Amino acid sequence: MAEVKKIATRDSYGNALVELGKKTDKVVVLDADLAGATKTGTFKKAFPDRFFDCGIAECNLIGTAAGMSTMGLVPFASTFAMFAAGRAFEQVRNTIGYPHLNVKVCATHGGISVGEDGASHQCCEDFALMRTIPGMTVMCPSDDVEARKMVEAAYEMQGPVYIRFGRAATPVYHDENFKFEIGKGEVVKDYGTDVAIIANGILVPEAIQAAEDLKAEGINARVINMATIKPIDKDLVLKAAKDCGKIVTVEEHNIYGGLGEAVCGVLAEEFPVPVRRVGVKDEFGHSGPAAQLLKDMGLCADTIVAKTKELL
Amino acid sequence: MTPEEKKKLELFAVDVREGIVKSTHAAKSGHPGGSLSATEYYTYLYNKELRADPKNPKDPNRDRFVLSKGHCAPGLYATLANKGFFPVKDLLTLRHIGSYLQGHPNMNLTPGVDMSTGSLGQGISTAAGMAKAAKYLKSDVRVYTLLGDGELAEGQVWEATMFSAHYKLDNLCITVDVNGLQIDGATKDVMNTEPLDKKFEAFGCNVIKIDGQSFDDLEKAFKFFHDNQGSGKPTVILMKTTKGKGVSYMENQAGWHGKAPNDAELEQALKELEDARKKIEAA
Repeated sequence: MAEVKKIATRDSYGNALVELGKKTDKVVVLDADLAGATKTGTFKKAFPDRFFDCGIAECNLIGTAAGMSTMGLVPFASTFAMFAAGRAFEQVRNTIGYPHLNVKVCATHGGISVGEDGASHQCCEDFALMRTIPGMTVMCPSDDVEARKMVEAAYEMQGPVYIRFGRAATPVYHDENFKFEIGKGEVVKDYGTDVAIIANGILVPEAIQAAEDLKAEGINARVINMATIKPIDKDLVLKAAKDCGKIVTVEEHNIYGGLGEAVCGVLAEEFPVPVRRVGVKDEFGHSGPAAQLLKDMGLCADTIVAKTKELL
Repeated sequence: MTPEEKKKLELFAVDVREGIVKSTHAAKSGHPGGSLSATEYYTYLYNKELRADPKNPKDPNRDRFVLSKGHCAPGLYATLANKGFFPVKDLLTLRHIGSYLQGHPNMNLTPGVDMSTGSLGQGISTAAGMAKAAKYLKSDVRVYTLLGDGELAEGQVWEATMFSAHYKLDNLCITVDVNGLQIDGATKDVMNTEPLDKKFEAFGCNVIKIDGQSFDDLEKAFKFFHDNQGSGKPTVILMKTTKGKGVSYMENQAGWHGKAPNDAELEQALKELEDARKKIEAA
């Protein structure tokens, strides 16, 4: 088997910004002393006059981006997920969300795959926090191709957006012809209707692996990549529930408040079916290599297989 | 400024004060104290300083005003109404269900409001963002923001000030309404923010201290701001004021920070303002 290309979605973000920068001078990028890590540094290098470092001051970063957007610019504001969604939550809520401003909050280093930096920097709460802000679009790409197309789509839409990118290099499984649409999930494997696995972010490849493993045991799964957490693709969730009757959700986020609960919300009100949630089990992470951490905390194909079997 | 011009401003300020007490009375809540202390500022800003057209409130080339101390919306609304951005009679809908005059400013509902504010410390960041955007766009738009002295305890104010000096935003005019009182009492007792001149100077701003209830001083302060264009430094106007100014029983009372006058109190306030108007007209 040919080696799978691996790219971190934060790199995709930096590259996508440069492409946007070539198209329009309305795009400006702000960061809080993390340009090297968030990869906005790629944009800074290409367009130094449109990059504004705010220093280590995330609350002001968000406010400044909000002000710039009222002047007709399209600011992309970046820092780690912990500080964008966490520290500056109230700024995002009140100065971007409440006035529904056209700011794209693009956070990197989401989830426990941050690795060695440890729990203080492993944000597993951002989907939950951002999802509760009225009018906020919340997304998390699963690979390089999707990440780049998502950045472009975020620019094209009017209104506030939160996107979480990852730190670790992960497999690229989409080809360049993939068409991304905000609010639409995507069936990435359809081996059958024994169970539907709804995943997002860097765990989509794990969900696909789980589906392969299950298939080897005669269990045929449908795998859905749900890159937009809000607004969630209700039709696709309900179709999966009706076709498969059982659902497993998979995310690199606390099982509280993220994709799993978004899916459960749809199901509980419209078509209840049994669900198992794979995610961070309401605990903090710790230091260590990302791959090992993901395994230790149950964010891997083996857990998805085990949770699926609980339903059968 | 000619005596006639000053007289017009003084009469406008009485109208604004009337709007403040009437609207908060009708709302049975709201923040008259800090609205009254900033009345001369609002009056001067909208009559003499700001390029803003009530008939075209979304003009992209207008100057921007961000009320960082958003709770003093009654003063801003009364000013906007008296400038013709919306009908003065609508001030009585303040804080009512369905009104476009929310408890704190909403840029999407109220004509003339350039930024939604209310959570303290955040407005100044948005003003800095606007000023930075104006520089980037090579526009001559100027940005004005008004903060309270109690608000300066918010760390974000100093993040934004650092940003403004770092990016040489000499098109940004930061004004602090130094009325010395906040909800829990005197600012010096709750959380001392002085010495403000030294702090803002140390952060890289041009600072001027004025009497915020004097139109001559406000004229001087904005001239100072204009003269600083090209200096590469943001301007800070520290304006000493009296909280509750113009309504005797509200003056210098922290208790009137966020309380509405009752029927009898409204009557007395309106009588005092009417007397003030007659005095100005007779002068």
